Amino acid sequence: MTNGKTRQTLGELRELQRLTGAVIMRPLSRQWRMRRKWIDDRDMRIVAGEFIKPNDRLSSFERIEIYNKQYWFRLIDSFYGDFPGLRAVLGRLKFNRLTCAYLTEHPSRSYTMRNLGRNLPQFIAKHPELAAPRFDLALEMARFEWAQVEAFDGPARPALTVDDLLGKDPAKLHLAIQPHISVLKLKYPLDDYAIRLKKSGLRGEASNAIEEDAPEKPGRKRRVLIPRPKQTFVVVHRHDNSLYYKRIEEEGYRLLNSLSKGATLVEAIKSAFKGDPDPGLVREWFETWTELGWFCKP
Amino acid sequence: MPANRFNGYTDLGIGIGLRIPHYGHILTKKPTVDWFEIISENYMCDAGRPLEVLDQILEQYQVIQHGVSLYFGSTDRMDRLQLKRLKELVKRTKTPFLSDHLCWGSVDGTYTHDLLPMPYTFAAAKNTARRVREVMDYLEVPIIVENVSSYAEFHVSEMTEWEFLTEVVERADCGILLDVNNIYVSSKNHNFDPYEYLNNIPHGRVGQMHIAGHSKYEKYILDTHDHPVLDPVWKMYAHAVRKCGPTSTLLEWDAHIPSFEEVHREARKAKKFLNAVKDRKDAAAVMATA
Repeated sequence: MTNGKTRQTLGELRELQRLTGAVIMRPLSRQWRMRRKWIDDRDMRIVAGEFIKPNDRLSSFERIEIYNKQYWFRLIDSFYGDFPGLRAVLGRLKFNRLTCAYLTEHPSRSYTMRNLGRNLPQFIAKHPELAAPRFDLALEMARFEWAQVEAFDGPARPALTVDDLLGKDPAKLHLAIQPHISVLKLKYPLDDYAIRLKKSGLRGEASNAIEEDAPEKPGRKRRVLIPRPKQTFVVVHRHDNSLYYKRIEEEGYRLLNSLSKGATLVEAIKSAFKGDPDPGLVREWFETWTELGWFCKP
Repeated sequence: MPANRFNGYTDLGIGIGLRIPHYGHILTKKPTVDWFEIISENYMCDAGRPLEVLDQILEQYQVIQHGVSLYFGSTDRMDRLQLKRLKELVKRTKTPFLSDHLCWGSVDGTYTHDLLPMPYTFAAAKNTARRVREVMDYLEVPIIVENVSSYAEFHVSEMTEWEFLTEVVERADCGILLDVNNIYVSSKNHNFDPYEYLNNIPHGRVGQMHIAGHSKYEKYILDTHDHPVLDPVWKMYAHAVRKCGPTSTLLEWDAHIPSFEEVHREARKAKKFLNAVKDRKDAAAVMATA
């Protein structure tokens, strides 16, 4: 017993953590401050005062606000680390607004921040108004950048070599694509755009440091023109533990896509080409892709 | 006292955190460093560059794992997949012990990715100790828990922070990672005497210490890990090593990270304090030369 009160129970501890978590993860105001009203319309100063002690310098509101701000600054910063191209497309304000809306609907359900952006492409598709007027480009960029997160440290299975494929009947041969690889059909040449962004210095290092200020304001960085639409086929992969984007032909995209859906090699080649395929070209592709370690056993 | 059952009977010396900007320097120059601390979560992945670098580091150096997401103080069930991945990493690094924070950060399966302060209650201590024991049993390595810096306190608290820390580690029978800078930061934010904290913890359970820099704001101090260690923290550190014995120590520098040499030079200052305890020298004399 303390101060004549009964001791806290485990259930009360859980309720306190629920309340604290809800306060900390609640979106900030437009001025990057904790909101003045609680969800039930009560004054937030009163709500905070009910569970947080004030001290001689800070009110209860101000003390819990430190955590509320840190939560959003940290997550937005982490998001910027994973989606720098998306921020370049949308601009800082819209990017921050999109991030807050996304994380409100999809708060982290994993011990690692690595998975924070997993549902972002679907979220943008569901909320086009948050990416307007560059909805198409933003959606494509989110897909492209999430593919990079997957390629960076996603799982790899033993790669098949050219020797593994020799002598196999192509009519019965099934090949799987490495789980960390994404084969993308994009409406914009985002591989070129991403390289231009990196050269311009728009991508900063992500930081886990506690920031007192609102997420980074734009510095003096060279502006990179938004790309014009152009259908592009790109494989996001890693080789020798470095991340790469490899441009491929439309037929190559269709071929890899069919293989990943379980088609045999013969079926995949048939579905990829409108007419007769050039056997030399297909062989060359397979030699390169196999050398890059893209294939594994299904 | 430095080597004890809470740190796997190791006496490692002065370590620094393994950080990405220093990878190139470490792998090419192979500097002499007593040990590196890694953030476990950065290497709990399937494959890729992080694990490649880690394996190269492990060929040369002793690595100690430090985590940020076990959230011993949470009321959720432990995430078995997380523990499985952590155990795989423990096997890979052969860390003689493992540390994480005395805090909570998730509720009902939703993660804040922050080190949130505990309400200092007996129910919380009991729950936290149970979770520490569960993790120790699963991972089969000793665990030391680190005191966090904090900016808020709960009305419901029934004891001081150092009483809570003691209650948890004795119930769990685990060690302490004593973060001297965190005590300093919290003492300023909550108006307590940091030496009372240092004097009233079970010193025999301290398996490692952390030192770091912080930032002062008008009304509070923030634990930013982006500066050299400040004098009041060195002074407290000297007191802590006198109380606990010359304990292996890590310098944390996580933001605005300078060159490897600068971080290592700052970390090595701690050696003078450790040696002073071994040689029974006065802390003030060491401060003057540090």
